[in-house]
Amino acid sequence: MSAPAAFAQQLEKTSGAARDAALALERIGLPGPKTEAFLYTSLRPLTGRSFTAPPEAPSADAVRALIMRSVPVDGPLAGQPLVVFVNGVFSREHSKYPDQAGVHIRTDATDAVQEDGDMPFLLLNDALYRDVTVLEVDRDTDAGSFVVLSLSFGTDTSFHPRLRVRAGDGASVTLTEIAAGEGAYLNNPVLFCDVSPRAHVVHTKLQQEDAQAVHMAAVRVAVAEGGSYDSFTLGLGGVLSRHEVRSVLGGAKAAVHINGAQLLTERQTGDITSVIRHAAPDCISRQTVRNVLGGHARGVFQGKVFVERIAQKTDGYQMNQALLVSETAEMDAKPELEIYADDVKCSHGATVGALDADQLFYLCSRGIPGAEARQILISAFLEEVLDLVTDEAARDALQGVLQQALAKRIGAVS
Amino acid sequence: MSDFLKISGLHASIETDGGAKEILRGVDMTIPAGELHVVMGPNGCGKSTLAYALAGREDYEITSGSVAFKGKDLLELEPDERAAAGIFLAFQAPVELPGVNNANFLRTAVNAVRRARGEPEMDAVAFLKAVRAATKSLSMSDEMLKRNVNVGFSGGEKKRNEVLQMTLLQPSFAVLDETDSGLDVDALRIVADGVNRLRGPEFSALVITHHKRLLDYLSPDRIHVMANGRIVHSGGPELAEKIDQEGYAAFLADAA
Repeated sequence: MSAPAAFAQQLEKTSGAARDAALALERIGLPGPKTEAFLYTSLRPLTGRSFTAPPEAPSADAVRALIMRSVPVDGPLAGQPLVVFVNGVFSREHSKYPDQAGVHIRTDATDAVQEDGDMPFLLLNDALYRDVTVLEVDRDTDAGSFVVLSLSFGTDTSFHPRLRVRAGDGASVTLTEIAAGEGAYLNNPVLFCDVSPRAHVVHTKLQQEDAQAVHMAAVRVAVAEGGSYDSFTLGLGGVLSRHEVRSVLGGAKAAVHINGAQLLTERQTGDITSVIRHAAPDCISRQTVRNVLGGHARGVFQGKVFVERIAQKTDGYQMNQALLVSETAEMDAKPELEIYADDVKCSHGATVGALDADQLFYLCSRGIPGAEARQILISAFLEEVLDLVTDEAARDALQGVLQQALAKRIGAVS
Repeated sequence: MSDFLKISGLHASIETDGGAKEILRGVDMTIPAGELHVVMGPNGCGKSTLAYALAGREDYEITSGSVAFKGKDLLELEPDERAAAGIFLAFQAPVELPGVNNANFLRTAVNAVRRARGEPEMDAVAFLKAVRAATKSLSMSDEMLKRNVNVGFSGGEKKRNEVLQMTLLQPSFAVLDETDSGLDVDALRIVADGVNRLRGPEFSALVITHHKRLLDYLSPDRIHVMANGRIVHSGGPELAEKIDQEGYAAFLADAA
């Protein structure tokens, strides 16, 4: 593995617990071509570069303009409470949320860090985060919806936003996370999600980073008895992106949904990696991911479902599907099941294919020109999986963004 | 004035694992404007291939011959251009389009064809009016418009959806490939009515069928018998009656 030279300058300046994380990272290094967990995802966009400390903050106008683009005033997410990170740091100035009984938002300077040798980008955040924002929802409180914006500005600089969500017993909260920015930066967001018994967290994510940016996200989720974490991620931006989820179903009758979609063109690489650990009986996990890949794009799906011996009556489903719309696009899928319980229902599958010739001919025979017919089929393939987004406002927002992205990008490659 | 549709010496083959396989071996047929012709013939004789060749399906390679439609070289046109020129194929096995809403699909198709024909596009309100009138005439429920194209449709619903598309696209030449198969008597009648409503001096059709029953509702002008990739016999409507009673044996002997 290579030394994390790209971040050496920053790692040197760390102290305290962050220093330990920095040393751990220096010891294991960043993933190289032989690292199993990064076998299909090359970190080439990071090599030979140096990510210096964050530059001066962008102007308030620049931030406001990007907020308006990310959450248009006439869009489905308008008016929702906003938690804003600018260049990896919580922004009091741009965040906007009302005081709600039973809902607490605060920012701390330090946070517990955990050394995860096999999650190097979590470790990178452990070493380099500047502050941690904590969203706590008291028991039996419905906190409603929040938009979490992670906005990045700059080139050859890295950002490490960090958010902890704690949903108390029977509490619920809906998060719509949007990552956007301007420049060839690295955004390295980390989300911890602590779901208490009977609590429900809905997390929808839209990754639309700058085309030159790198996005390396880590999500750690623990779900207790009867609780649920219901997530969807839509990956559109960045030259390189990875959305990596580790989730543990730690109490009976808990549920996780880790669904997603990616639309990648040109030379983009997009990676959705997850480990779902069933550590209690009667839990449900669902994962459906769809990829549309054009140009020289590469999609990566790694999904592991781990069922411990105690986790009887586990109900697991995992499916990755890819549509290759160019000859030069590539999909690498690695679905894995590891099961130690004997009374479980687990299925998984993966498909990779081109557009269906029969469907294309059917559309064209009705007078629809070839390019439009292709766009209809690509759009349908992704629309179907967007149905899995539970929150209606988030789903509408994702649909709108996806249609724009399709109109702008697929014409060029299909 | 040239003939409305003139097929001359049409040869077509399909690529198989064992190399190119010739399916059409010199089809000749002329269909004047305003006439409804029928092609009958045993399974595998090339009827569906003829339908696909006329609609422009890519995997059927035309090796020789020509098709003139209203004086134009049909084989030069892409499938969507053929639709705009007035060709419509009702599929024997209509294709399911998961994730594609039926109403959106119909409106996209209608407006694509109108654009290509130099007609103004239909707005949502005008389209809804047109589609409601069409579904009513075909005894279809509006609920079918909300579903995805052909997904979860019964065999009969799929066939009606084909006729609905035909009604809205207003072709001047329709090919119906076994549109009657799998339909009960009532549905057969509705489908036949859908075809009959389009008939007129500027509309022709080629109906592929195994059964005389549909023809009782359509009063065809001419019947062609196809065998081994050729038209081996043509005659008046009475020919359907003869085939219904005696089968194809007599014609197959001629073709061998």
